[in-house]
Amino acid sequence: MATRDGYGEAVIELGEADPNVVVLSGDLTESTRTLKFSKKFPERYIESGVAEQNMAGMAAGLAFEGKIPFVSSFAVFSPGRNWDQIRVSICYSKANVKIAGSHTGLITGGDGATHQALEDIAMTRCLPNMVVLAPCDSIETKKATIAAAKHQGPVYIRFAREKTPVFTTEETPFNIGKALVLRDGEDASIIACGTMVYPALQASEELSKEGYSVRVVDNPSIKPIDVDTIVACARDTGAIVTAEEHQIYGGLGGAVAEVLTTNLPAPQEIVGVMDTFGESGESDELWQKYGLTVEHIVRAVKKAIERKAGGFEVRKVV
Amino acid sequence: MAISDLEVLELEAIANTLRQDIIRMLVSVGSGHAGGPLGMAEVFAALYFHVMKHDPKNPFWDERDRLILSNGHICAVRYAAMARSGYFPVEELLTYRKINSRLQGHPHNLSLPGLENTGGPLGQGLSQAVGRCIAGRLDGKKYRVFCSMSDGEHDEGQTWEALMVAGNRKLRNLTTLMDRNNIQIDGHTEDIFPLEPLKEKYDAIKWHVIEIDGHNVRQIIEACDEAKAIYEKPTAIICHTIPGKGVDYMENNYEWHGKAPTKEQGDIALEQLKAEGERIQKEIAKLKEVA
Repeated sequence: MATRDGYGEAVIELGEADPNVVVLSGDLTESTRTLKFSKKFPERYIESGVAEQNMAGMAAGLAFEGKIPFVSSFAVFSPGRNWDQIRVSICYSKANVKIAGSHTGLITGGDGATHQALEDIAMTRCLPNMVVLAPCDSIETKKATIAAAKHQGPVYIRFAREKTPVFTTEETPFNIGKALVLRDGEDASIIACGTMVYPALQASEELSKEGYSVRVVDNPSIKPIDVDTIVACARDTGAIVTAEEHQIYGGLGGAVAEVLTTNLPAPQEIVGVMDTFGESGESDELWQKYGLTVEHIVRAVKKAIERKAGGFEVRKVV
Repeated sequence: MAISDLEVLELEAIANTLRQDIIRMLVSVGSGHAGGPLGMAEVFAALYFHVMKHDPKNPFWDERDRLILSNGHICAVRYAAMARSGYFPVEELLTYRKINSRLQGHPHNLSLPGLENTGGPLGQGLSQAVGRCIAGRLDGKKYRVFCSMSDGEHDEGQTWEALMVAGNRKLRNLTTLMDRNNIQIDGHTEDIFPLEPLKEKYDAIKWHVIEIDGHNVRQIIEACDEAKAIYEKPTAIICHTIPGKGVDYMENNYEWHGKAPTKEQGDIALEQLKAEGERIQKEIAKLKEVA
């Protein structure tokens, strides 16, 4: 199942439970999995057209009248095209609006770079009052969406188009501000979000065959970030790798680096898209070409462990 | 509801007071916008002292009419109208744009009870007004939403996105008041980014349009009444105004869009406004005598 499916299921459940839940979509109901909501609650579905700036502003107005609006689009359009509206009408004004960005990362079904959101974490986590969530599978996405509705204030949730493995369960806890240790280890920690959590687990498994013991942390709450869990990773394992389907600048890697440098510095390797735009292609081809495979994570972990031991060279870029 | 000549004069007197407040605020801080606030004094006097259903002592009253200030830069006139109608002490007006003030240079909804929106980046207020209208209709509430807009704001794509949604959704609970003063920061609107024909554009996207003299209190009130009666469309009231109205050296001069008078310039402005205020008071006295 795709993470976007979890979002679609959650808004239906929320709509049933609370008459104040409304959904806005910018001509993308099927793609953002809000079509069912629009059929079930036609009066509470607000078709906004291909006009994302107005959609964000309308959501703020609805929120000020007590509604809980879910603004649904591709992340390249929202928050991509309406960042100023999100900044002023929603975040500065503390409007209780939830922004749902689909088609994040490279795996957008061949759409190419224009539709691959690789900057959305950076542009949302810098905004005061904003909560930023990047759930790892469809079950966690559903929980994140429900948690977003309960949270009073602006929330951004990112999810992906393509089907990805479902490996958390109904019982897996989800809390805004909390990371989750999925697999323990002593030599290094991989802190991942979204579609990179499952490859991180696979990388840990691969590394165990070579005798490494590697912790894997699912970090869906990019803001607020779980400082305690990240610092514990640095303290217990001394080497950190972050993995995300996002630019290496300004995303989860940056957020974790901020925690480490101000608390307990440790060598960190950042797995992500290396300051470049993507292109069309199949998911596995894209992950291979842009450095987001299990193998890339394995290499990064070995490098971090090497650096922990003091054997590292000075490099020009991250 | 017809309005008497006396009521019109009394609202003109309030507009004159708001203008004097605006000049004092701008001189006190040495920055801010002069042209727009002075030009919209009659509109804000009419809204706060006649048209809108509101309660300064209960700014979050659920049944209040909502006033969204999309052209946030003219907030000095709104602050003055709020202070004069009892939302906060008039002395507080002189904190405008200063550190620790509730009266931010561009209005912030969370700073001051009674401000419905954060405004400044143009085009954002109208979208919020549309959202509030949709919510009001979903909940079957009776409040009306007024949205103050500038003409220059019509350069923004977001404005047209919101206008089209309002027309398509037949948002009859929405009334906009456009400050058609023909100026923006760099010059005259028709030189910078021509907007005409404005009325025809609004007609085409299913709005009811009323054009008025924005300094004529009776016309402002009648247009708001007409908007209330129009059942199948949102209403745009195009208020033709003179930027800097009431201060001769500012009137129709775009250079006064975004600057404040010096102390000396302010004294000249206040002198002119006080003379006009006295003229209105004489008219009021004359009318009362006849009655």
